[in-house]
Amino acid sequence: MTDALGAVERAFREGSGRAVAALIRATRDFDLAEEAVQDAFETAVRTWPERGVPDNPEAWIVTTARNRAIDKLRRDRVGRAKTEAAAQIAELESIGDDVHEIPDDRLRLLFTCCHPALAMEARVALTLRTVGGLSTREIARAFLVPEPTLGQRLTRAKRKIREAGIPYRVPPRDVLPERLDGVLAVLYLVFNEGYEATEGELLRGELCDEAIRLTKLVDRLLPDDDEVTGLIALMVLQHARRTARTDEAGDLILLEDQDRSRWDHEMIDEGLALLDRGARRPGVYRLQAEIAACHARAPRPEDTDWPRIASLYATLGALQPSPVVELNRAAAVAMADGPESGLRLLEPLADALDRYQPFHSARADLLRRAGRDDEASASYLRALDLTTNDAERRFLTRRLTALQGA
Amino acid sequence: MRYILLIYTSEEAWAAVPHEEQHAIYQGYEKVAREMEERGVMRGGDQLADTPAATTVRIREGEQLVTDGPFAETKEQLGGYFVIDVDDLDTAIELAAKIPGARHGSIEVRPIVEG
Repeated sequence: MTDALGAVERAFREGSGRAVAALIRATRDFDLAEEAVQDAFETAVRTWPERGVPDNPEAWIVTTARNRAIDKLRRDRVGRAKTEAAAQIAELESIGDDVHEIPDDRLRLLFTCCHPALAMEARVALTLRTVGGLSTREIARAFLVPEPTLGQRLTRAKRKIREAGIPYRVPPRDVLPERLDGVLAVLYLVFNEGYEATEGELLRGELCDEAIRLTKLVDRLLPDDDEVTGLIALMVLQHARRTARTDEAGDLILLEDQDRSRWDHEMIDEGLALLDRGARRPGVYRLQAEIAACHARAPRPEDTDWPRIASLYATLGALQPSPVVELNRAAAVAMADGPESGLRLLEPLADALDRYQPFHSARADLLRRAGRDDEASASYLRALDLTTNDAERRFLTRRLTALQGA
Repeated sequence: MRYILLIYTSEEAWAAVPHEEQHAIYQGYEKVAREMEERGVMRGGDQLADTPAATTVRIREGEQLVTDGPFAETKEQLGGYFVIDVDDLDTAIELAAKIPGARHGSIEVRPIVEG
């Protein structure tokens, strides 16, 4: 029974995205669309386990949810709201029964949910809720916020869309690249939120799958954009390492110490194939994916093409100047030309990154390799001061103890 | 002389005012608006949507920065206004970004409550 329900849940979530988007297009009412799709879900839970999942679950969901929305509008709307309801019902009725005939509205919905006039945390929550179909509870747990807080965040975001007149459309060509960057930033943030959480929480890892699924959706709806494929490549190449990144205790394992046979080679092949397509003008995601690919291609750590990684970081830094990119370049240069070369590149970053934990742990690592043990210990201590993650804290403590025991 | 009368009130306190009392206060607004009209001095006025519906537009180093909410810095003072009637927020933002004040100050884009 639980399995049957799980299957219904999965099939439903896969198929419900277009229904939500179509209903929002017709009514501009996020809550109505969500309620109607939720009602359809409850019907599915009752009927699918007995009668089986319909041949075309997507079409079933769209039709059922649309009918529920029409019922609701007929029942609930009175007085002045009646005229508006009549217009909404007419729009809903014009949604056909043949799902192939219905335009896919998810891209518009995504641009609305990722509009720059919404706060970043609102964009993330709204995108996962309405485009991704995650429940409020799931999103709240994944982002470690109380469910009512997340619920309020969603309510406020939907209200702002309505009151401020945020348009429901794919932006015109002149602003499209900029707005697409905004959508990709939201998706990459969702991915990183899942990827950087190394503590047990299964749901957080699912954020990575969700981010990949949504980015692939953007790729299908807006094909041939180099940055979209670049971001998919970046995500799958990073995600391919997920099971090798932590030990049984949940502690972080450095790239160089990971058991590469545990990398997901099917995912790596997928990522590398995306990069083989080439790019007209490599953007920030594409460049980062190329860097991840250098690691993925190396059978052993010593086979890594560090000079290429250093040069990719230089290109990335020229495109998007940032002390963090420069820090990564320094680490790659250290691998290619020795720790002292890396340390020379780190010195000018000391002020800007003084409160940035990875700066101090990278610097500690280079000092250790250069045999400057006392300075390395001081840097490890500084990194420990700044760390907030338990797995990181255990890792840094191990390094420090090894150094002091030597 | 033309003057603009800017109304500053607390949204939080307003939300806590009982419904009948709100109604009485609205009537007060209508009363003074009527008086302005009768005396022939009314040049326009509107109720604005609450600040959560606001968006702030700035241009810094040639880049357009759009943020949620009203975030004028305390060292910035209200210096003027435009009322526009456009299709959506994107068009409002596009025009806001062309106002010279966006380059050194900020432009708050706030919907007007439709009567």
